[in-house]
Amino acid sequence: MSTDAPDRYERIADNPEFAGLRRALRRFVFPMTIAFFSWYALYVILSAYARDFMGTVLFGNINVALVFGLLQFVTTFLIAWLYARYADRKLDPVAEDLNARIQAGEFDADEQPKEVVA
Amino acid sequence: MSARTLTIVLFVVFVLFTLAITIWASRQTKTATDFYAGGRSFSGFSNGMAIGGDYMSAASFLGIAGIIALSGYDGFLYSIGFLVAWLVALLLVAELLRNSGKYTMADVLAFRMRQTPVRVAASISTIVVSIFYLLAQMVGAGALVALLLGIKPGAHFLGMDADTAKIATIIFIGILMIVYVTVGGMKGTTYVQIVKAFLLMVGAAVMTLLVLAAFKFNLSGLLGEAAAKSGKGAAFLEPGLRYGKEVAGDAAQTFYNKMDLLSLGIALVLGTAGLPHILIRFYTVPNSKAARKSVLWAIGIIGTFYLMTLALGFGAAALVGSEAITAQDKGGNTAAPQLAQVLGEKFLGGANGGAAMLAIIAAVAFATILAVVAGLTLASSSSLAHDIYASVIRKGQVSEGSEVRVARISAFAIGAVAIVLAIFAQSLNVAFLVALAFAVAASGNLPAILYSLFWKRFTTAGATAAIYGGLITAVVLVFFSPVVSGSPTAMFPSSDWHWFPLSNPGIISIPVGFLCGWLGTILSREPADPQKYAELEVRSLTGVGAH
Repeated sequence: MSTDAPDRYERIADNPEFAGLRRALRRFVFPMTIAFFSWYALYVILSAYARDFMGTVLFGNINVALVFGLLQFVTTFLIAWLYARYADRKLDPVAEDLNARIQAGEFDADEQPKEVVA
Repeated sequence: MSARTLTIVLFVVFVLFTLAITIWASRQTKTATDFYAGGRSFSGFSNGMAIGGDYMSAASFLGIAGIIALSGYDGFLYSIGFLVAWLVALLLVAELLRNSGKYTMADVLAFRMRQTPVRVAASISTIVVSIFYLLAQMVGAGALVALLLGIKPGAHFLGMDADTAKIATIIFIGILMIVYVTVGGMKGTTYVQIVKAFLLMVGAAVMTLLVLAAFKFNLSGLLGEAAAKSGKGAAFLEPGLRYGKEVAGDAAQTFYNKMDLLSLGIALVLGTAGLPHILIRFYTVPNSKAARKSVLWAIGIIGTFYLMTLALGFGAAALVGSEAITAQDKGGNTAAPQLAQVLGEKFLGGANGGAAMLAIIAAVAFATILAVVAGLTLASSSSLAHDIYASVIRKGQVSEGSEVRVARISAFAIGAVAIVLAIFAQSLNVAFLVALAFAVAASGNLPAILYSLFWKRFTTAGATAAIYGGLITAVVLVFFSPVVSGSPTAMFPSSDWHWFPLSNPGIISIPVGFLCGWLGTILSREPADPQKYAELEVRSLTGVGAH
């Protein structure tokens, strides 16, 4: 059994398709995390230091603070939806393909998979 | 039938119903995976509901509505932090954790590290966070019972005065949570949380609709009336009445107050994805896609709920009024039940309608507490049995049966300890413990989780340094803060040993946790194992070899 070859997972991790999957995940989640955290931090900082701005009345009794707070809900829902769509299209198909190939033993051999003879 | 009797009848119905489910679930619980992870058989939607049931505590329902009712806009800050926090879980944690772990948070942290030191650290952190949270919930339940059942000082109920009723409630809730966990395991606990989430959402939705109907669905009108009734005018609708207060003539205190607000905000948003009782919920679904779906559902459910807290809080301010609320409870925890009573009187007709609505919402509040404490007990007993007993003491040489038996004994022991501690703490102000649990989760657990999943060089020394560094910093800072001593609302109001000026440690302890993890790693003698990191990456991203 070569399934437990010590470098089996390193071989998979070095595979270009896997590297692409890792890149695709990180390319979405890291910038998005920075974006939503900054947007949230801006809201908290304005709540602490820009009270006059937050208290600006837009109409009736609706002020900037309320709208800003509700926008945090909107962006949270929006980012969750965007991520679901992205994962569905860009991550799941690659992950499922790799999973199937690993289960099929493609990476078990000690040498690289043999070239298919045309 | 009086409101009190109706509350008790409804609550007993809830308890009997959930106990029946628990017993049914116990028949389906045969393996360790059944006990710890509900057989990994729940759908994304069911788990999303259960996450909501696990997460929306009495502090959310009664606490946030109360803060909004008394301090206006500032309560909304909590709602936003508690919701946005789910993006950390969705984007960075849920799916990767589901694929690489088995039953506990430590499974992921110890994956590529030396087992014993990392599991011990993760288990200590799990138990500390869960016990803090548990104590706050149980003491809160004790304080609520007298209010929700309307037992006035000096009056008696079933031969008990208010103080005895408090202790009886703590013991009763403690025993119930032990039964749910030991008998039903994760399956039973999950169903309890689903039922609770459903009841809480329906209760909150009905109240929200009635509040809006009372103001002819004019949100601006509701806010105007709330502001007018509060006596604070437009300031009631702006941040600043409670958090980040500006103290005239005291620039230092003003600075500290604003720092405290930022500190709270950071801990709320980074704490959720480090709460062990939330993390273990991701193991109850069959794969990482279902884990993602459950977080998406949870975001929808929790987001809707926190939007409704706005209507409940401002509704209570407008329709009940702060005088009537503080007359019942200075902290405002009875604002939502009192609002229910007023709405019942208005829409269901007279005193009877009011009593009925009050009874229903009070029963929902108790159900809310029960579901949360069961989740916390399960998380800490799972960690004791799986991390400490099976992995550290027995080095993995243990049968499933005896591991689950130890988990049940642990649940009993943790429940018993929580009951005793809660009885001793019941006269103390322990509301800060929820914020402290979030701070510890954000300072110790989250850095360790993120480094484990994303940083190839992360080592055993780094993991233990992050967990202990974050945990100890958060706890020590709070111990020397004004919430424990040196202020009229402190846990020990008559003593003063405080030197840390903030109530929330997160702004210091979270960076310290990340820094400790980094320092521990670059200073450690043993390098990271690249093969184990490759295995973790492949497993977490593709689901190969996932349990």
